[in-house]
Parts: sequence; C-alpha cells; structure tokens
Amino acid sequence: MKSPDFSDVTMRPKMVGSRIKRTEDLRLLTGTGEYVDDVQAPGMLHVAIRRSDQPHARIVSIDASGAFDIPGVVGVFDMSDFEGECQPAVPTSRMKDYYATPTWPLARGKVRYVGEPVVAVVAESRYVAEDALEHVHIEYEPLPFAIRQVDAVKDDAPLLHEEAGTNVIIKREFARGDVDEVFRSAPHIVGDTFRMTRKCASPMENRSYMAEWDKRRRSLTFYTASNIPGVVRDVLSGCLGLSSHQLRVIAPDVGGSFGGKGSFYGEEMLVCLLARKLQRPVKYIADRLEDLAAMSQAFDERIEAELAFDDEGQFLGLRADVIGDVGAFSIYPWTAALETVQVISFMPGPYKIEAYRGRIRGVMTPKPPTGPYRGVGRPSSTLAMERMVEMAARKIGMDPAEIRRRNLVRDDEFPYRTAPGIIWDQSAFQECLSGACAAVDYPRLVQKRDRMRAEGRWVGIGMASYAELTGIGSRISVAPGMPINTGTETANISIDATGVVTAAFGVASHGQGLETTLAQIITDELGCTMDDIVVLHGDSSLVPMSSGTYASRSAVLGGGAATLASRALKTKVLDMAAILLEVSAEELELHGGIITARGSNQSLSLKDVAKAVYNQMGRIPRDQRVDLVVQETYDPYLGTACSSTHLCMLEVDPGTFGVKILNYVVAEDCGRIINPMIVDGQVHGAVAQGIGAALLEEIIHDDQGQSVAASLADYLLPVATDVPDIDIVHIEAALPNNVGGFRGMGEGGTIGAPATIANAISDALAHLDVKVNMLPATPERLFQLVRAAREKHGASA
Amino acid sequence: MHEDRIDVTMTVNGMHHTRRIEPRMLLSDFLRHELGLTGTHVGCEHGVCGACTITLNGRSARSCLTLAVMADGMEIETIESEGTPDHLSRIQKAFQDYHGLQCGFCTPGMVMAIADLLKHHPLETDDEIREGLSGNICRCTGYIHIIAAVRELARERGPLS
Repeated sequence: MKSPDFSDVTMRPKMVGSRIKRTEDLRLLTGTGEYVDDVQAPGMLHVAIRRSDQPHARIVSIDASGAFDIPGVVGVFDMSDFEGECQPAVPTSRMKDYYATPTWPLARGKVRYVGEPVVAVVAESRYVAEDALEHVHIEYEPLPFAIRQVDAVKDDAPLLHEEAGTNVIIKREFARGDVDEVFRSAPHIVGDTFRMTRKCASPMENRSYMAEWDKRRRSLTFYTASNIPGVVRDVLSGCLGLSSHQLRVIAPDVGGSFGGKGSFYGEEMLVCLLARKLQRPVKYIADRLEDLAAMSQAFDERIEAELAFDDEGQFLGLRADVIGDVGAFSIYPWTAALETVQVISFMPGPYKIEAYRGRIRGVMTPKPPTGPYRGVGRPSSTLAMERMVEMAARKIGMDPAEIRRRNLVRDDEFPYRTAPGIIWDQSAFQECLSGACAAVDYPRLVQKRDRMRAEGRWVGIGMASYAELTGIGSRISVAPGMPINTGTETANISIDATGVVTAAFGVASHGQGLETTLAQIITDELGCTMDDIVVLHGDSSLVPMSSGTYASRSAVLGGGAATLASRALKTKVLDMAAILLEVSAEELELHGGIITARGSNQSLSLKDVAKAVYNQMGRIPRDQRVDLVVQETYDPYLGTACSSTHLCMLEVDPGTFGVKILNYVVAEDCGRIINPMIVDGQVHGAVAQGIGAALLEEIIHDDQGQSVAASLADYLLPVATDVPDIDIVHIEAALPNNVGGFRGMGEGGTIGAPATIANAISDALAHLDVKVNMLPATPERLFQLVRAAREKHGASA
Repeated sequence: MHEDRIDVTMTVNGMHHTRRIEPRMLLSDFLRHELGLTGTHVGCEHGVCGACTITLNGRSARSCLTLAVMADGMEIETIESEGTPDHLSRIQKAFQDYHGLQCGFCTPGMVMAIADLLKHHPLETDDEIREGLSGNICRCTGYIHIIAAVRELARERGPLS
C-alpha cells in the first residue's frame, strides 16, 4: 500500500491525523447507548400503522369499530382526524416545470403506493396496537396506474397527482457545445441503456420516533432516528403551528441512515400530532417490512447514454437521456430533483469532455418516494460513464487505465469547469488512478488474470474513476432549487466555570464518529486535551440553525466551524491569561490545557483561567472580562472535490453465476485526514454498500405494484462472506481554500463500487460478448445474459 | 384477548427474574421491556440480521425468534453481562481498538455472537471467521475491522482444546 505524503510531518498537529479510538464506543459497545426505542416515558402509548395494500386507489370508507373491542386500544386515527390540526410538508423548489407534492401524516383521499400509511392505531402496547390493526377495514376503489417509468411518462398515463396535470414533475437539461455535430463526425461511438434498480438504504435500526407533549410548557420534545434533526424541527414548526421554542427535536444514538433517515416523513408528523392530541408520550417503531416498503428508496433511473471518442481514445462528446422513477411523492426537503438531477450533473465525472448534453425527466410512479441514498445519483451516473469508458477502451484496443489517464483532468487544468457547471478544485484525479494501479501492480494483475483465463476460468478486472462534490457551501444547494440552506454549519464552543469545554454542533452523527473527530480538531486548535471536551450534537436546541449530517459535509463544515470557533476561543483564553500573568497574549502558548509564557516559567491551566473569569471576581478588571464562549459558522461557499479510483479483480462461477471478488483496491483523496481509522471504516462500509448494490440488493415492484421484497431474506444485504479485504491508498492532496483542508468522504465507496464491479464482470464475460449494464448482477441476471449471448452467437462459447 | 398469562423465571446476567407475561411475548421484548435491558437490539424481528443475538444456556440464540416462555428456567447472557464503559470486556476492547463498530446498532448482537464463536470454533482462517460472522448483518463497517478484531481475539485465545 502506498504511504501518504507526510512531508509536513513536523507541522502536523498531534490529534488530527492520528488513529484515535472513538469516545462514543464506550457506550455503544456496552449496551448503554440510547436509541429512540430505548427512550421511555411514563404512560407511553404505542402506534401501529395500517398501510395501503393498493398501488393507486381512492379511499371509499374506513371502518375501525371492531378495534375498540380490544382492551388497551386508545384510539384509531385516519387523516380526517387531523384536518385543521396540521399543514403538509411541501418540498418547494425553484426548478421550472416542477410540482411539489404535499406530504401529510396519513393518506388523504387516496393512496399512491403500497405501503403508504393510512390508519394509525394507538394502544397501551405495540402488541395490542397490532392486534387492533386486524380490525381496521378499509374499502378502496382501485384506480388505474402505470408502474413502470417508461409507461408513466406517456401523455395518456393515469395521473398520480391530478393537481400536477402530469406525472413528469422534474425536467432538466445541461448542454455545452454542439454535441450532435460532435457525434455526427466522431470516429467512434459507444453507448447503451444503463440502469441501477431500486434500493433501500436499510440501516440496521429501523425508523423510530417518540414524541412527548409537555402540558406545563405547552411544548413538544420529539426523539427521532434522523440525521437531519434541524430540518425536522424547522418543518415541524410550520406543520404543527408551534413556535420553535415549543419544539425540540433530538436525534439520540441513531443506528445508521445511509440516506434513509435523511428526509422528513409523514410518520414523524403523525407521532407528534398524536402526542399533542392525546397529551401522552407516543412511540412508533417501524418494523423491517415497513421500512422496506416505505422508507425512501434509491436510484431507479433508466439512462440512455453515448460517448464519442477518437482513435487516440480522446473523449469528444457525451449525451444522455434519463428517465428517473421518483416514486409517488417528491420527498421533503430534497425534492425529486436530488437524485435525478445529480445523475446528469455528474455524468461527465472527472473527465474532460467539452461537448455534452444531459436530459432528465423525473416521473412519478406508485412506489415509495426516492430520496437520499449514500452516493446520491452518482452511483448511477458513474455506472453509465465508467461502463462507456471501458467499452471505448475495448473498441479501440486501448488499456482501460490508459484511456482514463488520457482523459482525466490533469493537475495543471484545475480548477476545471465541467459541462454541467461543476467546478473541480485541486484534487488527485490522476494520482488516484496511478495509485490504484500501483497498489495492485496492475501489469502483473493483468498477467495473472490472463493465466487464470487460460485455465478456462471467467476472471475479469474492472476499474472506475469518479469525483464527487462534498462539503457543499452556500453558493449551491445540495438539491437544486430547494429553499433550505445546506451550505453552513455552526459550532458553539464554551469553557464553563469548571474548565470543561462543551462543543455544540448542528451536525448529527449516526455512525461517523463525529464526537471523536470533532474533538480531535478542537484539541489541536484550542490546545486542550481530548478529556476536557464534550461534543454535543443531534439536538435542534444546540445552535440556532442546523440541518444535520448528510452529503459528505460534516467533517468539512462541522470541522471548519470547530476550527474557527476553537481559534476564536483560544484568543479569548489567552487574552484573559495575559491579564492574569501580566504578560502580553503573544507571549503565551496553550497546549494540553496548560497556558505557558514563553519568556518565563509561569503557567496556568484552563481551569485556572475559567475560575478567574467566572468566580474569582476582581482578578480580571471588569471592563476587560469576557465569557469563554464562541459561536462561529463556517460556509465553504463552493464545495470541494473528493476523487477516487477503484480497481478490482473478480471471478464468475460458470456453474452458479455467483461472483467472487478476488482483489479490491480504493485509491482516494479526501484531503487532510482527521482519523485514518475512521476514514478506512467509512471506505470499507461504503464499498460494502456498493457491493450490495452491484450484486445483491434490489427492490422489485411487480406489475400489480406490490414490492416482492418483504424481509431481509428477500432483500439481501452484504454479509461478511460477501465483502473481500479492501486495500486503501490515501492521497492527501492539499486544499488551500478550505478551513482545515478536509474533504468529505463518507459516500464515495458506494459511488465507485457498482461501476467497478460491472466493468470487472463484463471483462470476465467479454469472451461471451456479455455486457453488464444493469445492476445488481444477480446470478439469475448473469445466467440470462450468458444464455442470451450464447443463443445469439451459437453455443460455442 | 390474552388473559392467560404465564409465570416465567429465568436467570439473566446472573440475576433471577420472575414475571407474569403473555405467552406470545418475544424474548427480545421481555429483555428490553420487562427487564429494561435495552442493549439487546431488534433489527428485523425475523431472525436474519442478528442484532438481537444473546446467549441462551451457553449458546448464541436469536432473542427475536424465541418466545420468553421458551426460556423459562434457562440462563441468559446479554450484552450487559460483557463489560461496562469503565471496564470493557476483551471482545469489546478489541472492537474499540480495531474500530469494529460505527453506528453501534448491530454491535451488541455481534459481540454476543463472537463470544460464542470464540468458545466453540477454531477460527483459524479469515474464511472461517467470515463464515462465523455471516449470521450477523452490519451495514456500516463492511466487516473488515470486525474480522481484524476477531482475528486478534482468536490468536490470543490460541487453539481450541
């Protein structure tokens, strides 16, 4: 494995860059963490939800009278019980031709997908609530529907939201240059239809909510397994008509999200409404079937794309026409543009391509809404682009690494503006490619593959290069045209009267280890010890405005805010210490919680300074005394590029069509690394999720609109035997314009792995003329591809 | 509906507990709701994910696929029996050292499953470790750091006698 360049090792501070063990582990390892389902309150009621079994139907009547015969049932509610008590969440956007579907707590008038919440039963226990569900009778009048996106875009397709007047609620086009002319004159063109089917983020903790109404303060505390508690607070305030001081949203320990807990759900509003209505604590814990059926889903674009290139392998033009299946609603707050538009805005990837046209239509179908999912849009766009790069190399007989080398943006070409307008700042595009190739000794790996093939084995090598925009600042939104600000984060850092440092953030760690990494940054920047610091997060009451942890932003924005606030706080501490020691502040240093004067052997602890400021009145003149409190907001303005190349070798079993990954390497540039152990863990986990997307995971809706994935025995998540060892090459390219020099890196593995694996399988099956352009490449799908290829070419292969 | 409650007695983490419960109550719910041992997590309620893994009379078991009444008279260990934040058990320590957890939701079940693996399986190769872990799903880590922790624990333990 290539070592990172630590040429500045003498300048490197102590904590940032070190493999610090995580502080949150102590509670999580011992069963003393607190997830929402662990939160208890006296008199707590439980909710079970009756969900639609129809893809598109009018609700004719609901009869729940039988439910009240069951002891312990407190109430049965449908949407009519909340009319006048709430407003819907409306994900507005400035996008043209966009329609913002309203999200209500329960289905209103009609249902639009199987799994949509219709009736809530509230009871003294979850067992009783589920018993009562059996006695809820809903009469539906089935309505026509188009379950496939190619049908739903047609002019005469049945409408899911009549008010929209169309099923196509998002349209966007990016264009640069005369792309059609480039294609007319291009020496070579490759292209096909590419597809990543629907996924479910599937965190191990299902969606979990608990709301408590405080009669005395007329306020609501809402515990939610969410990675956007700040966004949830702001939207709930409007939906429930509560001022924000009557509303506190807490995301305690959260058992993963991967995007699935990164949107606002009607069920969250439902639980809050019930708690207020019944004046008792109310808890709802989704079960696995409910989350597979109704958590936001991912991808599901049909991408028709073509790449034009010359004899030297130089890319000349790219065009793509995409239909994104956004499901039955535009999700709050991200809108249906989040996933769909990113597919075409990132399609050119890290390559220089002058002429481009990408078109997307986002169409509604009776399925759960799509939303954020680790990688957002780019796993799909990278699959399409990287498959075409591989096909281009094959067509002109060029090595796939060489064709990438010729087209990746070079160091001297940064900042590079892509055709859709994304600006890549300095990032190690070329070094990631060469780093991955060096790590596996690429020429020897090719020889090894060829030897194995000579034995009749189906072995292939694949790679994928990509770049993502992380740590996005205020200039652009995470989702185009959305009204909320995702470009800033705030840190409030204070030293209290006992000398303890409390650092409060708007971010919401749910596995990333931010309690540790943010404390590492503060330790270095302020000059205290790790033990001095408590990091608070995941609570809307901590800072005035926050959104949460998503979009590979928290290390960049949270870390930047931590850096700014720590530096400002250090100045305050040293100013106070200078008065106490009667020296100038420039004479002082602060390390390990001890302030020392360079010119003398005088010293003070942080605790001493805190005491003097807060308790020992008279030591500091009244007009010079300042509280040791700082709040700073960081806005990186643009975003920063994070780049990577993945490379793998794998083998397809000719008998079972199972895929075994033999080698896997990731070379990535995430800028300055805060904690190498945590970065490795993020890469491993993201690649594993990409392997799941490439080989195993698929939400299939049948022609009746029913999802056939009802359990984790149907929807296969990767287990330990599915994930190989992964070598990681860290390249820490300097990032002068960002405070801290951090790039976001939590999602990248999921962007690169599907394309890499599709390329490797296509290489392994090249002798059969099989191209894997649709994922997951399940044994069934590969079997069908091989069978079709053999029928086409005769049974010789 | 379910008036016929049944008395159950079991030893959980060395403590005797008797409760009168509905026969349909899952052992996972019994541990979490009746005894307040919320370290045992429920991820799927159909025996696939392994988050609810506990030790039942010395062998690992899915508490979501076990009725509490089936555990009457049995000895149970949950994650709370392993170690405390101040004194991590050896397995918990290895998880922290190797960064074998991220969100922590699958971790208690993972730790309990590994306790059983270390007692009963040779774990001489990574393939064997992977096979042993394959009944517990972790969505965060990609398993690599968990495997490293188990490799270290197995090496420390030495061959099974």
